[in-house]
Amino acid sequence: MHGVAAHANRAMRNIFLFIRRFFTFFLFLVLLGVSLAILVNYNKTYQGVYSGTANEVTGKINKGYNDVEYYFHLKETNKQLAEENTKLLNLLGSSFDAPDSSKQVKVDSLIKDTLGRMRRFIYLPAKVVNNSVTEENNYLTLFRGKNQGVNIGMGVIGANGSAVGKVIDVSANYCRVMSLLNRKSKVSAMMKKGFFLGEIDWDGADPGYLIMKSVTQGAHVANGDSVLTSNIVNLSFPPGMLIGVVTQVKADPEGTSTYLLKVKTAANFYNLQYAYLVENVMWQEQKTLEDKTQKVNE
Amino acid sequence: MSSLLKNIIRFALFILVQAFVLNKIPALHQFIKPYLYFLYILWLPFSIPRSFLLIVAFIFGLSMGYFTGNPGLYLIPCLVIAFLRPFLINILLPQETTEVSYAEPSLKSMGWAPYSVYVIILTFVHHAVIVFIEWMSVGNFLFFVGKVAGSTAISLLLIFITEMLFSRKAKFRTNAA
Repeated sequence: MHGVAAHANRAMRNIFLFIRRFFTFFLFLVLLGVSLAILVNYNKTYQGVYSGTANEVTGKINKGYNDVEYYFHLKETNKQLAEENTKLLNLLGSSFDAPDSSKQVKVDSLIKDTLGRMRRFIYLPAKVVNNSVTEENNYLTLFRGKNQGVNIGMGVIGANGSAVGKVIDVSANYCRVMSLLNRKSKVSAMMKKGFFLGEIDWDGADPGYLIMKSVTQGAHVANGDSVLTSNIVNLSFPPGMLIGVVTQVKADPEGTSTYLLKVKTAANFYNLQYAYLVENVMWQEQKTLEDKTQKVNE
Repeated sequence: MSSLLKNIIRFALFILVQAFVLNKIPALHQFIKPYLYFLYILWLPFSIPRSFLLIVAFIFGLSMGYFTGNPGLYLIPCLVIAFLRPFLINILLPQETTEVSYAEPSLKSMGWAPYSVYVIILTFVHHAVIVFIEWMSVGNFLFFVGKVAGSTAISLLLIFITEMLFSRKAKFRTNAA
């Protein structure tokens, strides 16, 4: 009886001694496990642990840095805004003229106009406070968050109306955006000529160029063709936003008679200072309907 | 300045320099990525307990990751070099002479040959691990070899410059500190 207890005691002590002797190694394994969990969880959801709090803290520091950096870009930002203003002024009704045939003018402030058109996209301006182009996977931070109406999945458009990325994570006052310059980013796109669909991603090589795949060779793409966001409406991008211009045409060695296109980005990722978040207001309705059809088919 | 305070300031400085200076430099080539932040772990004092070293490396890697958008990426390389560091120091330092008299690894405290070996091995390991993690989503062997080689070279150059610019005084460890 006594002997058994002593034996168990000794075994316990040996286990404790063993753990104490290799304590550092066990700690290393535990921390490595935690790190792997963080990494895997992030790759699945793009949301880091405590990302809400961490986003607020790093966002504030990035904001402080950007307040200084912004001065060096003022000229360029000013030029971009002026160019965009010109573009919008040219689209104004008053820039066009025609012999007047109307009898009466009515001011209509409803969101649904008499032709049955409804508002589908709303643009929200946001200041870019952090932006990287040198990583394998690049992200942006915008100074606008959940409190200011940002949701995960919203699209981000640069100052000249060109696609920049998608919102992947939101905290109270900041949001993180997955840039098009990210190996994990996949954006549905189409050729301006003929509306042939394809997919945009990035090979990590040059921040000035994107890769477009799975465009059928029947599209007869040539250098200089424009690439737009696809006309299949999704949560993020309105159709027909400029992504870039084709600069190199090759056959895709992996695909079956598809192209591998090199696309010069329309957005200048090096000096982004302002961006627009795009919200698809009718997305919820479209999504509910699509989900319902899926259920019926099952 | 106490060793603790000095290391807390270094913690912040290394992360800020990496996040706001080195990460902002437009890359010369895809394979050349200037990493310097992990020098913090190499510069920690000799006397730090192994388990505490791992915890410091964990927090350091996590904070670095939050600034670049991928919280997991920097954790594992930091942990691995923090785990290997004590073994390397044991091999490279003759036990009875210098370890007791100097506070932290440097050119003066270890001699430049052992210190270079120490830096080169840990830099190489750090880059191999970090590029390996990236490689899993890229899947091109040339990318792995090229990026490890290119980034190790540029990091070693940066470390060399840092050592020249900030010649840390090789402080002797006293009983008073």
